Amino acid sequence: MGSIFYRAFQHGFGAAWDAVTTPDAVHALWLTALVVLIAVPLDTAFGVGVALILARHRFPGAWLLDAFVDLPLAVSPVVVGIALILVYGKTGWFGNWLAAHGITIIFSLPGIIMASATVALPYVVREVLPVLQEIGTDQEQAATTLGASPLTVFRRITLPSIRRSLAYGVTLTTARVIGEFGAVAVVSGLVVGRTETMTLFIQDGVENLDLVAAYAGAVILALVALGVLALVGGGRREPTTERRSPRWRSRSDPSPSDSAQPLLSTT
Amino acid sequence: MSPPPVAEPEVDRLPAPATLAGAGASPRHHRGGRRAAGRAAGPTLAVTYLSLLVVLPLAALVTKAFSGGWSTFWSAVSQPEAVAAFKLTLVSSLAVAAFNAVAGLVIAWVLVRDEFRGKAVVNAVIDLPFALPTIVAGLTLLTLYGPTSPFHLDVADTRWGILFALAFVTLPFSVRSVQPVLAELDRETEEAAASLGASPGRVLWRIILPSLAPAMLAGAGLAFARAIGEYGSVVLISGNLPFKTEVSSSWIFSLSQSGELGSAAAVSVVLVVIALAVLLVIGLLRRRFDMSEAVLGDGGGGRSGSWPSATWASWWSSRWGRSSTGPSSTASGRPGTR
Repeated sequence: MGSIFYRAFQHGFGAAWDAVTTPDAVHALWLTALVVLIAVPLDTAFGVGVALILARHRFPGAWLLDAFVDLPLAVSPVVVGIALILVYGKTGWFGNWLAAHGITIIFSLPGIIMASATVALPYVVREVLPVLQEIGTDQEQAATTLGASPLTVFRRITLPSIRRSLAYGVTLTTARVIGEFGAVAVVSGLVVGRTETMTLFIQDGVENLDLVAAYAGAVILALVALGVLALVGGGRREPTTERRSPRWRSRSDPSPSDSAQPLLSTT
Repeated sequence: MSPPPVAEPEVDRLPAPATLAGAGASPRHHRGGRRAAGRAAGPTLAVTYLSLLVVLPLAALVTKAFSGGWSTFWSAVSQPEAVAAFKLTLVSSLAVAAFNAVAGLVIAWVLVRDEFRGKAVVNAVIDLPFALPTIVAGLTLLTLYGPTSPFHLDVADTRWGILFALAFVTLPFSVRSVQPVLAELDRETEEAAASLGASPGRVLWRIILPSLAPAMLAGAGLAFARAIGEYGSVVLISGNLPFKTEVSSSWIFSLSQSGELGSAAAVSVVLVVIALAVLLVIGLLRRRFDMSEAVLGDGGGGRSGSWPSATWASWWSSRWGRSSTGPSSTASGRPGTR
């Protein structure tokens, strides 16, 4: 890590600054930001929804849904990219239909967003689901009995209790989307200044021996990674104690009432 | 108690979400159709999103791989460059998984059993390979162990470079798999064995390793599954020399760049099947392990291990949850008595 910083700034801060303020670099940064702004909210909404479905309902095929959510983690990012091309590329399943409607997905922004969203898909579900399973439905049912609409129940009861794990999930998703390389490299077509995200910009810098730009770009992403570590590592302990306490208490006092505790604190 | 009627168009287009809503709504809500239709919207959207991003692409991948029949598939995966890439990928992933299982155990041991300044920082840094973009990791490795290495250790364009990269990105799996189990381990057994005259080596071999073995295996499996698909961190340091340092994911990438999508899909399918098989084995292993834990009396602990929970994101999320529940939290606070 230190070596990256050293290499980036060995020709002075000015050189590094110049390297990341070239139009191509700025465009790469902007593109990465844009992908984050679109892919992360989509994954978040999906993640919360699927976590709610899996935690609150028993239905045939639940395991299949669960398995498919995790699948991107078992698949190489390069394979994710290939698979997307096979559906949305020119010769892909939807290729003709998309071409007829003038939509380009592969080798342009939508493809990059889809690839990023796919590889980062599981994180929110994996963070939120265990918490939802642990808090149970007592409070939600109580609120419903008292006449709260499903939306109110979600906003006032469910969301506050998953808030912290949701924040972690979103952080991990964001980190993955920013850092994604393999899947994006396959679907982007590597057009400098057009479909080049920050990670591709770094690789391009190395390949074309524009090392200052590569190292300067790497410094930016490394700082983001350190920020993520600080966020995730620093705050992790708190919810564990929150989460653990009811279970721990229930060893001596097996009444299920103690899960109502957070409700008192939120109202 | 019959399931409430569900909006008809949903049933026609996507049967799955309709079943979700029906099954979910039946036990608790008896209020009829409007509610169920509203409830079907969420699942429908979720399943559509998942289909567009995961299910359809993977179906297309498998279809494409076998579109020319079995013989085309076989010739794609058995051509010399593909075979060389497979061999390199599998052997180096296996080697790294085995090496990291031991290294991970040592690091986890130090983090759990020893107290030293900066322990919290070291503990946080273990996760760095998870958070760091793979291409940045690759660039870091190239800087440290490439032609301009400050240690005069140049492994760029060699197979050692691949091993370095894979070891770096998979280390967290090995450490984080063992760490919580080690923290929960009952030290009284060790102390009893030691007081009965067992040497430290014997305690390690007969008491500690048997309890850690499932966790070590699970960590090694996760590391292996990740390593066979790794691309970003390997691409810069390996140089992608065909027959020498070209791993399967690089081979797939170059196939896709030259437009040979059929061959790329065929090789991809092999990689996916191997990764899924490994994860399945870990899932079974974990399920068995959790059962044996329950038999030993610590019932509350782990979630039941269906295979998806074996993947590494769930790892990251579950590791703090399991780290020191219940009785063993007192044991970990006790200073080392060996």
